Amino acid sequence: MAAYCGRACRQYLLHLAHDNVDFRLPEIKALLSLRNRPFDTSETFSEKSPFWQLNGLSEDDIRSVMSRTVCGKSSFELWGHGTTTDELRKSLLEYPAENMAPYLQQHSTYKINVYTFNKTLVFKDRIKKIDALDFLPFKGTVNLKDPEHIFCLLEDYGSDPNDIPEDPFHIYFGRWIADGQRELIRSYSVKKRHFIGNTSMDAGLSFIMANHAKVKADDLVYDPFVGTGSLLVACSHFGAYVCGTDIDYNTIHGIGKASRKNQKWRGPDENIRANLRQYGTDRLYVDVMVSDASKPLWRKTAQFDAIVTDPPYGIRESTRRTGSHKDIIKPPEDFSSGESHVPVSMAYHLSDIFADLLNFAARHLVLGGRLVYWLPIYRPEYCEEMVPLHPCLTLISNCEQTLSSHTSRRLITMEKTKEPEDSDRLSHLADPRFTPYQGHNSFREKYFSGVTKKNGKDAKATPRNKE
Amino acid sequence: MKLLTHNMLTSHVQGVTKGYPLIIKATEVKVNELEFNAQFVSRMIPKLEWKALIQAAEWLGQSQDLPSTPKPNYESVEDFLRKVHRILLEVEVVEGCLQCPESGREFPISNGVPNLLLIEDE
Repeated sequence: MAAYCGRACRQYLLHLAHDNVDFRLPEIKALLSLRNRPFDTSETFSEKSPFWQLNGLSEDDIRSVMSRTVCGKSSFELWGHGTTTDELRKSLLEYPAENMAPYLQQHSTYKINVYTFNKTLVFKDRIKKIDALDFLPFKGTVNLKDPEHIFCLLEDYGSDPNDIPEDPFHIYFGRWIADGQRELIRSYSVKKRHFIGNTSMDAGLSFIMANHAKVKADDLVYDPFVGTGSLLVACSHFGAYVCGTDIDYNTIHGIGKASRKNQKWRGPDENIRANLRQYGTDRLYVDVMVSDASKPLWRKTAQFDAIVTDPPYGIRESTRRTGSHKDIIKPPEDFSSGESHVPVSMAYHLSDIFADLLNFAARHLVLGGRLVYWLPIYRPEYCEEMVPLHPCLTLISNCEQTLSSHTSRRLITMEKTKEPEDSDRLSHLADPRFTPYQGHNSFREKYFSGVTKKNGKDAKATPRNKE
Repeated sequence: MKLLTHNMLTSHVQGVTKGYPLIIKATEVKVNELEFNAQFVSRMIPKLEWKALIQAAEWLGQSQDLPSTPKPNYESVEDFLRKVHRILLEVEVVEGCLQCPESGREFPISNGVPNLLLIEDE
């Protein structure tokens, strides 16, 4: 670390949690983008590593990222690092003393933690490592319970639990700045939520989606397949006003059969508004409506800051849209009671859902606004060209979550970079890349085909919430 | 249903070209007190169809002397922003319906939730 570096050249270290690995980089990039900062790292950067060095940022930038991230565990002002203890020591001795001084004052309290990734150390070894740092000018007193300053020695022993080295591959030392928001995964757990459905999004992923979408306070966010509102819950946590629509009358009104084991019918406090009330964000509830996403009801100039959604895959909830009698061959079963009557449903082909969604986003997002949605994939046939494109939207990220050996879903993030002209509406039909996704239309068949082809663990695989 | 939403909705009945704004026929209206948020209101004002908002407020008997056009430099006129905040977010239609001004088709609102599903062939 160069001796002349002032505040501007400070490096920070992010310690990331080891789940949803593919989703981490787009999340951090999106959060930095909210601060208009680029993602700037060292040449030795490895996306799979739990430790990322970040350059060109201020402490406020870091605090801002940590106030939102569910992928980031903690953050540090990096004082030194190296691949050996000697290198670390040399690096620490080169770190400007005036940058250290404010935190090593005589009347302050501190503690040093030791964190080892992929290795467990016994207590006395941790103490040895802390003692080896006594060349640093700590003038304050150690307070393990409630110190003013926390420092951390972090050691990376690689990613292979079956081949743990004697010495770490990389060692870091820094001053702790802030923790991430992983606590939200627990406090917003779907298990404790008042109103859930079969496809309620797991809390961690719903916050990741809100972050990928760069949702911020006073935004207006829309979910066209809102279901039980889990995505709206996450977006409202970050201060956005939320609205949604769904074709299913019962889900929107919070009536009908419950999704919880041991519960037959939904209770009176089970609807989307109640969910927001549970977390204290019902002032951000705008509206939910019963409507068909394939027949949008917004005026041409209506715009949202973000569209965050999980369209149906046709497995646990069917894909439906309203349609004309002449398109139907056999009569539907649900053509019955007055109020909950869902007009004659047609299978809403998966490729149509996404084509409609992208066209909708192109028209109804603000410029710079983001669309974040899940795309179900049949893995044996997947290729990158299948991800639907649109001339007005730029693809930002594509992160896979495996559901089974032959299926997965991909979280697609797109940003509106151009206003649509009338010619754009049909241009995607001419695009050869539009047709590859057609193969997924029978996603439901392919999903279940794996069940009959293989026995054992695949036979029971379902896209279940991990909680 | 709040008037912020109503301001953005249009009739999607097939063949209709003059479906905006949807006529509000309310049988039950509620006014909730919500924490005033000046930033959000300021952001929304340029996106609103102002005439439609005034019309909607009149249908609900909630006009409260809202001006016929937004005030210039509205971001700093707190009194005005509070009025707009109230009409956009605090007034809610609990029961009633929305009517397409061209076709006459009615969409029910029950428990605050509009049902905008069209039946087949509409």
